Amino acid sequence: MPLEPAVDLLPALLDSPFREGYVSSIVYVSLYVSVIAVSLSTLVSVPVAIVMGFVDFRGKQFVKSVINTGMGFPSVVVGLLVLFAVSNQGPLGSLELIFTKEAMIMSQFVLATPPITAISLAAVTGVEGNVRDAARVLGGTRLDVALVVIKEARYGIATAVLAGFGRAISEVGSVLIVGGNITSSDGISKTRTLTTAVQLEARQGRYETAMVLGAVLVAIVLLVNAVVVRLGDTGGMGR
Amino acid sequence: MSIQRRRFIAVIGTGALAGVAGCSQQSGNGDGSDGSDGSGEMDGSSSSDDGSDQPDVAGETLTLTTTTSTYDTGLLDAIHPDFEEMYGVSVDAVAQGTGAALETARNGDSDIVMVHARGLEDEFMRNGYGVNRRDLMFNDFVIVGPTDDPAGIEGMGSATEALTAIADAEAAFVSRGDNSGTHTKELNLWEAAGTDPGGDWYQEIGGGMGEALNNANQQGAYTLSDRGTFISQRSEIDLTILVQGPIGDGPEILANPYGVMAVNPGVHDNANYDLAMAYIGWITSPGVQEMISEYESNGEQLFFPEAVSENPDFQQYVPDGWSSDE
Repeated sequence: MPLEPAVDLLPALLDSPFREGYVSSIVYVSLYVSVIAVSLSTLVSVPVAIVMGFVDFRGKQFVKSVINTGMGFPSVVVGLLVLFAVSNQGPLGSLELIFTKEAMIMSQFVLATPPITAISLAAVTGVEGNVRDAARVLGGTRLDVALVVIKEARYGIATAVLAGFGRAISEVGSVLIVGGNITSSDGISKTRTLTTAVQLEARQGRYETAMVLGAVLVAIVLLVNAVVVRLGDTGGMGR
Repeated sequence: MSIQRRRFIAVIGTGALAGVAGCSQQSGNGDGSDGSDGSGEMDGSSSSDDGSDQPDVAGETLTLTTTTSTYDTGLLDAIHPDFEEMYGVSVDAVAQGTGAALETARNGDSDIVMVHARGLEDEFMRNGYGVNRRDLMFNDFVIVGPTDDPAGIEGMGSATEALTAIADAEAAFVSRGDNSGTHTKELNLWEAAGTDPGGDWYQEIGGGMGEALNNANQQGAYTLSDRGTFISQRSEIDLTILVQGPIGDGPEILANPYGVMAVNPGVHDNANYDLAMAYIGWITSPGVQEMISEYESNGEQLFFPEAVSENPDFQQYVPDGWSSDE
């Protein structure tokens, strides 16, 4: 059977309790939603962090504290806010996003952006001033200087992205509310993620299968961490 | 430096492309052919064009909000393929408590509801959100508890007397506390028993039936359960049925009827009313009612169909006690 390596670790446990394709489809939905949400968050967060790291403006401390507060925002609350937005009665109601992966991406985007921004900002701020000065003296434009800073801060930024990914893929509150935890009747996930599947198993008192799915989740997070750290070591972003 | 910049831009560009590809694939799936095959984005447009032998509704999605007790027992997964094949559609079943299921429908986010709390259903209809209600099926509630039965309720013929005994003994009792159909029934029973439960022995857990059973199991407490969930979970827990519902010749007050109704398209014009009515017609048909009665868990029948009758109960279409004089 062609199964992912993470799944291979637990062959006997996984074969019996679930229907064929069930686990791989919820793994797919989890990764699809979290990877897109974190990618979008990164595209927003890193530029914001760089701008905030370079430019001083009034109210900067306030913006920082707003971002830091966002890191602790409960996912259920974010889920409710996104639900109000995408519900038929809400401002985005006509797009019919309720109970779709897009709605889940929206809520995870909201959840992942604050930690990625905050940790990236810390990393960018940590790059020593003389590195920037050197880049500028060597005739670099502002973009060049930014790229040098990104390169210097890449471990910190990678940590930020991982923190965002960890928050996105492991949260259960918002994806349950806006996604609805739906599988089709043949057991293929539509909006069920690993976390909502764990919640479903636990709700029915099937703690063993819940633990198996939890182990798959941990394995995926480990794998993603390993890949990102590896990329960071070999140069990753701007070699 | 400029090389570095180019590479950076290339990375950004690749990322954006990947993002766009992901989105377009997603919308392809959303358009609909994912029910028939998972292979994706190309088929999405073509199959809706040339689907000559498919009904016009093919590819649409019916969003059904329902209760954890119908979903968790596996009933819906067992019968839905028949409907999906008949119309070429997919059914998105969202399992919530009865209260939440009705609230989702009230917001226009589902097309049809299948719940089990007649009082809440009646309110839903009176407020204009639901139309064309049908009685669907029933099972019953049972009072379960530890085998040593500290309150001594085993075999009682009256649910209210049993609850009174539990309250008098201050024996631990787990309440769903989640505005579900079962929770509503439990509160009605306490009211009928003339007891206002409270104190350390009475715990609202705010969770699903499975969680409540597990919680009660772990602390040797009593709880009210629908028979279906209890049967499907019985092998995992040590609780036993102490007061039977009407299926086990217990009191009629423990009956647990399920109803199905469409969201009123006059209130929510985006509701998929056609398909909702097709679903109601399908699930109340003799063939599917037969499928429901044949559905078993751990060798026991979970649900008893009641949609097909020679003498239809007209009260099923209207709020309880409704008359045109109102």
